[in-house]
Amino acid sequence: MKLRKLAVTASLAAIGLSAALTAPATYAAEEQFFPVLAYRTGAYAPNGAPWANGYVDYLKLTNARGGVNGVKIIFEECETGYATDRGVECYERLKGKHGGATVVQPLSTGITFALTEKAPVDKIPLVTAGYGRSESQDGSVFGWNFPLIGTYWMGADVLIQHIAKKEGGFDKLKGKKIALVYHDSPYGKEPIALLQERAKMHGYELSLLPVAHPGVEQKATWLQIRQNKPDYVFLWGWGVMNSTSLKEAQATGYPREKMYGIWWAGAEPDVKDVGDGAKGYNALAMQHGAEQGSKVVKEVLEKVHAKGQGTGPKEEVGQVLYMRGLISAMLSVEGVRAAQARFGKGKRITGEQMRWGLENINLDQKTLDAMGFGGVMRPVQTSCLDHMGSAWARLHTWDGKKWNFSSDWYQGDEKVLRPLVISTAGKYADEKKIVRRTADDCKK
Amino acid sequence: MAFFLETLLGGLMSGMLYSLVALGFVLIFKASGVFNFAQGAMVLFAALAMARFSEWIPGWLGMDNLFLANVLAFAVAVVVMFVVAWLIERLALRYLVNQEGATLLMATLGIAYVLDGVGQTIFGSDIYKIDVGMPKEPVMMLESVFEGGILINKEDFIAALIAALLVISLSIFFQKTATGRALRAVADDHQAAQSIGIPLDRIWVIVWCVAGITALVAGIIWGSKLGVQFSLSTIALRALPVVILGGLTSVPGAIIGGLIIGVGEKLSEVYLGPYVGGGIEIWFAYMLALVFLLFRPQGLFGEKIIDRV
Repeated sequence: MKLRKLAVTASLAAIGLSAALTAPATYAAEEQFFPVLAYRTGAYAPNGAPWANGYVDYLKLTNARGGVNGVKIIFEECETGYATDRGVECYERLKGKHGGATVVQPLSTGITFALTEKAPVDKIPLVTAGYGRSESQDGSVFGWNFPLIGTYWMGADVLIQHIAKKEGGFDKLKGKKIALVYHDSPYGKEPIALLQERAKMHGYELSLLPVAHPGVEQKATWLQIRQNKPDYVFLWGWGVMNSTSLKEAQATGYPREKMYGIWWAGAEPDVKDVGDGAKGYNALAMQHGAEQGSKVVKEVLEKVHAKGQGTGPKEEVGQVLYMRGLISAMLSVEGVRAAQARFGKGKRITGEQMRWGLENINLDQKTLDAMGFGGVMRPVQTSCLDHMGSAWARLHTWDGKKWNFSSDWYQGDEKVLRPLVISTAGKYADEKKIVRRTADDCKK
Repeated sequence: MAFFLETLLGGLMSGMLYSLVALGFVLIFKASGVFNFAQGAMVLFAALAMARFSEWIPGWLGMDNLFLANVLAFAVAVVVMFVVAWLIERLALRYLVNQEGATLLMATLGIAYVLDGVGQTIFGSDIYKIDVGMPKEPVMMLESVFEGGILINKEDFIAALIAALLVISLSIFFQKTATGRALRAVADDHQAAQSIGIPLDRIWVIVWCVAGITALVAGIIWGSKLGVQFSLSTIALRALPVVILGGLTSVPGAIIGGLIIGVGEKLSEVYLGPYVGGGIEIWFAYMLALVFLLFRPQGLFGEKIIDRV
């Protein structure tokens, strides 16, 4: 009898425990969930980890500041290894957790391509600050993609503007040779359309040199560069590919001063191992560079790292990719703030409300200064039709020890960019049978 | 013509570096019949040990001599690789004597994952530097013969010489020493080797130690070229076509295979690449290996296996 009672009690306890474990997770109404798709292992870890550290540190800083009008940010990291299949798996795993994801930032153009069709179904905005599909700037077609403050077309456009300025005008580009050394992936192929468009306009010769993942073997590529002697080399690499390119340039005697990288090829992990060999190499700064002296970095050190809650090494706080992650997080947090201003301060917002928030970000210089981003970046104003919000960039140059800004500010030329964005987005809309959003849709 | 020669020489030198990694595969297969999928992970592990100890030792000992720091780091890395070899034998291989080749292959796959993970946990996953004083600037040769001369990468040239030296030493070790003969006997038949008194456990530790040192040399050269980071472990994938081509049991085969693959992929990328959109050098090596597998499965120098029914 005793044994039977014990068995019944144990069974009931087991049922209760399993019910508790399998019941939908409860979440506090004043919490907002941010999945963090990151890569801290594998071939791209040296570049992925600092971005993730900056991203997570800013979320912690937001909580240390009291949350967004009292709404705390909760987050969970998932390792993608920069692989599209694992990225999609992470997205599927996290999208419904803690009451649903607020926003997803995949940190991979390949993963972005894969998630672009999922986001509208799940109603979760994709923020791809400085990467992703360039035509997704057109919010009337890509309602859920937000390539905030930079697309690859904009980056390529700024690079062409810069070398035209150096040469003494766009007309001087005629007959010049530009080689694009790119990661053979959706990311690396992104700038080709814009560079070809500009080549038609200015008459320069564009040669395309793909490098297979992960980019450690480039000898044949650089032998071709040595043979063709291009006037400029644009580098669209990621991870170890960037430092390998610089080493091969050194080994084949190609001047680093004539090399220009995209903003994902212009951080400390790309050059520190090459040291003096990379001296003179230029890269785009996606507005910010290394910003150890900025107010926001000092605040992160004081409110997060000094309390033992820092995510990565303290000495890397403020480095280029750390700042990219930090700014990416800030833009999403400001999306939440904008959404709360309309849908209820101090309230948890939904994915659809977050989209509205991201379409109504308005960070003027005064606000940026107050947030500690003075000198780091320029104002950002998004809209339903413009999901980028800012088209400014500048260049920085490696002096063997650190990155220094080396140009004025440039703005992506809307006269060139807009038609390309509209026509390419239009083709996508036709192919996928997407009805463009109207002004009324934008108000929702 | 000068450009063709440059491409050819570049390919030959890259090929020697592939051979260095391929040697690790050949050594272990030749001596134990195991296709060691963990060779790439061993290269990464060894390079991480070398890079980190050369960074830590000057701090620990309070010295400023780069050469001495490198020598000490190399010695410590050798010890680390010996310990790794001993642990692999002790924890994995000991229990797999006389098992099927596929079982052993799967075990080495597991070892690869463990080494990748443990290596990065102990030593970190950032990019680290190995500075053994390899020259980075190119030199121009035959300037009087060809306009503009032929560009030679000094670093690759020195690396190729080191690889050649290592191959010669290993060939002598296998052919001329008693231990080398014992290793070959074990590879032929575990049980037969045991029955004539060859201690299998010790032989396996020795061969994994030798493979560990080869991995260390490969790791230092590749690490000095590319920086020490996770991608080093993928270098092993570049060596796979080399061993298929050269034969899994032949040390000279690894060298010839490496040279053919190195030259083949560079020439194909430069001369065929532009017609098919470029980026073909990696799959071209595998295509070449596939063709060899069709017509000569044992590779150029591998032993032909004949089973009597």
